[in-house]
Amino acid sequence: MSHADGARAARHGALHLVAVLVGATVLVPIVFGVLGGFKDNGQLFTNPFGLPDPWVPGNYTDILGSGEFWRQTGNSLGIALATTVLVVGIGAMASYIFARYAFPGRELLFTVFAIGLMFPFAVAILPLFVLLRELGLLGNPLGVILPQVAFGLPVTIVILRGFFRGIPGEVEESAVLDGCGPVRFFWRILLPMSRPALGTVSVLAVVGSWNNYLLPLIVFNDSRWWTLPLGVQQFQSQYSADTARILAYVTLAILPALLCYALAERQLVAGLTSGIGKG
Amino acid sequence: MVTIERPVTATRAPAGPRPRRRRPWPTIAVFLAPALLLFGLLVLAPIAVAGYASFFTWNGFGVPTEFVGAENFRRLLADEVFAGDLRRTLLLVGLSIGVQLPFSLALAMLLHQPLRGRRAYRLVFFAPYVLSEVVTAVLFTMIFSPNQGLANHVTRLIGLGDLGATWLADTRTVMFSLFLVISWKYFGFHTLLYLAARQGIPQELHDAAATDGAGPWRAFRHITLPLLGPTIRISVFLSVLGTIQLFDMVWVLTGGGPIRSSETLAVTMFQEGFKRFQVGYASAISMAIFLISLVFGLLYQRFVLRRDLEGAITTMGDRR
Repeated sequence: MSHADGARAARHGALHLVAVLVGATVLVPIVFGVLGGFKDNGQLFTNPFGLPDPWVPGNYTDILGSGEFWRQTGNSLGIALATTVLVVGIGAMASYIFARYAFPGRELLFTVFAIGLMFPFAVAILPLFVLLRELGLLGNPLGVILPQVAFGLPVTIVILRGFFRGIPGEVEESAVLDGCGPVRFFWRILLPMSRPALGTVSVLAVVGSWNNYLLPLIVFNDSRWWTLPLGVQQFQSQYSADTARILAYVTLAILPALLCYALAERQLVAGLTSGIGKG
Repeated sequence: MVTIERPVTATRAPAGPRPRRRRPWPTIAVFLAPALLLFGLLVLAPIAVAGYASFFTWNGFGVPTEFVGAENFRRLLADEVFAGDLRRTLLLVGLSIGVQLPFSLALAMLLHQPLRGRRAYRLVFFAPYVLSEVVTAVLFTMIFSPNQGLANHVTRLIGLGDLGATWLADTRTVMFSLFLVISWKYFGFHTLLYLAARQGIPQELHDAAATDGAGPWRAFRHITLPLLGPTIRISVFLSVLGTIQLFDMVWVLTGGGPIRSSETLAVTMFQEGFKRFQVGYASAISMAIFLISLVFGLLYQRFVLRRDLEGAITTMGDRR
């Protein structure tokens, strides 16, 4: 082995060491949660690092058998899907107009949406609560879905408008010459051509809805509609002394997100970085 | 600026068979209406109402009637908690920009090296980003738990004893514990942004620099860093805005305690509005969050992002 090879190998070793260390700090809390759920509290105290001995599956089986966890997962899923369909649909319609129609006031309207990117959710939450109460939407999933859609519109419209503008005008001209109306052009040609961008905004909407906490917190008094974040937090205060049981619940709440991430990593990463990552 | 409009050639062609021309207004109205309605009703109106309510003493029921002028804002400026919120926000912004982002940048440079298994590393680093703040916070509450938690076991193991007995319970350590959790969750996101940008820099530039005898540090300083500029500026922007608006993580991790020593603007707003029903005063805090975000956002766009933003956010997919 030549000198240069040796130096390169040493450098590689050092790089790997750093990467492994950082990877470990990321993984250790998660692994602690997964394994901790299989321990009891005594084991967590005496044996924090090792494998469970013996394995205690009771925490997991209790939760999986309770039905509450499944209802929360279902609620999270349903609300995320409804939010995504609506925000992408409504956002795409608006983006189509913003991208391809000229009318007075268009840039001003678009700017209002674009500035909406900077509106913190927390600012509107009090009046939103009052409004939803007046509309009778407290304790109703629509009370979460509709505001999520409204607050998701800015990022959806900004990304989709950019993409729609990139589709050549000739495509539209020939469609119009073939007698294609605006609705059919939008539905049959523009949307199918925009799959990558639609994927991006869908991912943003799903992640945003799945992780939302403040809005479900104020809208759902009744545990019937609780989503996973609410359920996890409630579970924590209910069993505050039972660390192992809480770790099991956290693990089960994390799994769907991690599974989804593992399956759709490319799409997700592309989605989250496409708008901002290219310098 | 070239704007692609509806049948461009069809309307401009003076002769020949013209396709049936549709009036665009009904189409515009129908396609825009749902977005305008929802955005107006559920985003703009509530923010306007918060602005209005900030001039009243109001418990959130009925219509605000007790007008107090700028009293809420005067109270806000004199409020020790609010001043603390601002200090803590600045502390977190400083730590993020000074520690978290440089660390992310270094890691991105490392992952750019031809490293075996770097896809796996990337996968792992980014994973916490997909977890919700609440779930992350509950997990770390358990990790910081005095007896069964992992944090104290680690400090004992490396000979620091029970240094960590009070991670979240001590006013002196709580903000740093909070920062630790925030970094754990978000550093991967920034790493990924930088990595994506780094991979977009043509290799020829670095080859040329190497031929001219530039060492790795000089190449980084004079080529990589300037070309990563737009991405770094966006990442700082997102990080600062996120910090100004921080709520979920703090609310679940500490509730703002102990003795309000980890409260953020949004947590104070939530306490006043939903726990004490001081909706007028809470609205004034909302307005403060709004104004700080907006002023920061606009100034930042005006002076820092100006040219970046055109190419980076608003024209994705645009081949201009």
